[in-house]
Amino acid sequence: MDIKVALVGNPNTGKSTLFNRLTGLNQKIGNFPGITVDKKTGFTKLAAHVEAEIIDLPGTYSLYPKSSDESIVFQVLADQKNNSHPDVIVLIADASNLKRNMLLYSQVADLGIPMILALNMIDLAEKQGIKINLDKLSQKLGVQVVSISARNNIGIDRLKQAIHHTNKVATQFQDVDVNSLAPEAINAIKSKINSDNDYYALQVLHQHEYLNFFTAQEQEEIEQIEQSHHFESAKVQAAETVARYQHLGAILSDVITDNGTAKKYSFSDRLDAVLTHKVWGFAIFLLILFVIFNAIFAWSSYPMDWIESGFGFITETGHEYLPAGMLTDLILDGVIAGLGGIFVFIPQIAILFAFISILEDTGYMARVTFMMDKIMSKVGLNGKSVVPMIGGLACAVPSIMAARNIENWKDRMITIMVTPLVSCSARLPVYILIISLIIPSENVLGIFNMQGLALMVMYLVGVVAAVLVAWVMKFLIKMKERSYFIMELPVYRMPRWKNVFYTMYEKSKTFVIEAGKVIIAISIILWVMAAFGPGNRFENIDKKYASALADTTKNTTHIETLIATEKLENSYVGILGHWIEPAIRPLGYDWKIGIGLITSFAAREAFVGTMATIYSVDGGDEDTSTIRERMAASVNSRTGLPVYTFATGISLMLFYAFAMQCMSTVAIVYRETKGWKWPVIQLAYMTAMAYFAALVAYQLLK
Amino acid sequence: MKLSHLKVGEKGTIVAFTDLDMSVKLMEMGCLPGETVEVERFAPLGDPMAIRVAGYQLCLRKSEADVIIIQ
Repeated sequence: MDIKVALVGNPNTGKSTLFNRLTGLNQKIGNFPGITVDKKTGFTKLAAHVEAEIIDLPGTYSLYPKSSDESIVFQVLADQKNNSHPDVIVLIADASNLKRNMLLYSQVADLGIPMILALNMIDLAEKQGIKINLDKLSQKLGVQVVSISARNNIGIDRLKQAIHHTNKVATQFQDVDVNSLAPEAINAIKSKINSDNDYYALQVLHQHEYLNFFTAQEQEEIEQIEQSHHFESAKVQAAETVARYQHLGAILSDVITDNGTAKKYSFSDRLDAVLTHKVWGFAIFLLILFVIFNAIFAWSSYPMDWIESGFGFITETGHEYLPAGMLTDLILDGVIAGLGGIFVFIPQIAILFAFISILEDTGYMARVTFMMDKIMSKVGLNGKSVVPMIGGLACAVPSIMAARNIENWKDRMITIMVTPLVSCSARLPVYILIISLIIPSENVLGIFNMQGLALMVMYLVGVVAAVLVAWVMKFLIKMKERSYFIMELPVYRMPRWKNVFYTMYEKSKTFVIEAGKVIIAISIILWVMAAFGPGNRFENIDKKYASALADTTKNTTHIETLIATEKLENSYVGILGHWIEPAIRPLGYDWKIGIGLITSFAAREAFVGTMATIYSVDGGDEDTSTIRERMAASVNSRTGLPVYTFATGISLMLFYAFAMQCMSTVAIVYRETKGWKWPVIQLAYMTAMAYFAALVAYQLLK
Repeated sequence: MKLSHLKVGEKGTIVAFTDLDMSVKLMEMGCLPGETVEVERFAPLGDPMAIRVAGYQLCLRKSEADVIIIQ
């Protein structure tokens, strides 16, 4: 790579749009160690034979991080050994709100890395009557200043040229006297870390606890310097901020001319009057939520059906043409089936993120947070948690990815932890099967169908549980950082369709690659457990039915079903089902349900298919009426009583309402939290809650 | 007087902050002593509030607006 470029700027300045503009689909997503923000890098051609690597750093208002995600900005810029450390910084500033944006410029400039100032949204600023004298600004700052509009593709080539022509040595003036803020402490640090940069030394004093490139001994010595010179971090930060703004005021005074302040917000204001109105605001928000819900629930079902039948077709044809054997089964029933289970999520992910990206881009999402903050913050959630929670009604996987938009770490974690409690569409087949077994299809009060009521109650149970758990977690999850709600309300804009498309593509790709690995692994394990049994049990089953199968005069379909049933009972899954029976007997379950619980860890709806196999239903999970009949007729081998009583049914539904019976959700939580800690906590608390609720329900109702 | 006590449409000038940590964050967002702030609206449920400061719209909880002393 010829040159490394980092994009730095405030949130809402069009940084991602510029990143997309520069790199196109030539992007890579990686990890910054220790934080949940993705590291986005991409490549762009600056000149005929010069290529640049572009790194998109998280948006921040200053180098003093308010969250661990923001702390990465200083870490990357400060540590010369960091593999993201840039040769050139492009600081993107919103031309229509330059002064506030320049605070970050002024801080970054003092770090002494070559840089360029890109004034974005220059067309918008001009429309608002703001004129900026670029030459004068450039002279006063000592760096190249380029005006661009990433959205409308203005000035991008000039920016590329500027990057190409940037001096290897930093040229910016460092006019703010940083040293005078804490002279003794700064000088002590400078000699300690061998640096002649005052501002770098000052930042080390402020943030060394967060910098992982110092050794423990160095950390201690820095801490000692801090102590002995009575360094007061907040006070010095305040003084620095004031000094910088004063200096910026002087620089910008004869660079910017503004003649339209009064009128420029009228459009946004009029929209806000409606969109955050007491009645209309909520009504419109509900309508939008309904459209989103409908889209991921109903619209996505068509492409999902295509994907499912496509993979079904591959499996079937594969079994027909490939030589029968273990390897074929592993590839078709383990890997291909696993892949199908991954790709089937793409429509929902793409559709949900199309909406979210539009809501973010237009500025509406910030208003949602504004409107919902009071209710949601009471239970430990964020205004933005509403979207993942509603999305959770369709599927937890895209919804948990959507929690990425919540800036506050604690709110995001709580949202991720409780979203799977909202009843998703995969629970529906399980609920419907069990409700039809235990609830009579009668009307109460003339109009309400009992089964419909029961289904609604199950959905309510999920939402109430999510809210309660969120409220509990608000007290349990501790956060180092202080949390703020202080947030910009950006002006309303048209969505950028290209960004919408990029987001859909990027989120789907990330899911397939990152969560896909875990899903494939689990589905192979589950397949092995279901396809093999200890010793020669499987061979004996095959032998037992060999003669019956050989009789071509009779229909062998039912015999094949019987073989499948017996094999499942004797497989490792079947044995595990028997083994856990003592643990689930207090919940009213027998070992057959135990097997269903294990196989449906892949996905909840697999319970129905497993019941079809266990009760030897020829039509598989399509034939629900036969499954229902067989389940209703089944009796407990010990007690001789029916298995599916009212108590067992309620207990089973509650178990499915609360338990984390979904490997894709586990995988996506792993991916979103960048570790196994949170998915394991979630799996544990949800399973415990499910067990306890099912236990209480069964013991009270039996 | 505290910023949170203003009504919609009322203006004031920032003079001081009562919380040092919060003041750093507020100043980074453009709420500097000497700046004029105007209350634009309150959320439908009364909290948080949206103010106009330094040429843009900022929203914050009332508890956060409490630390801003205005004239």
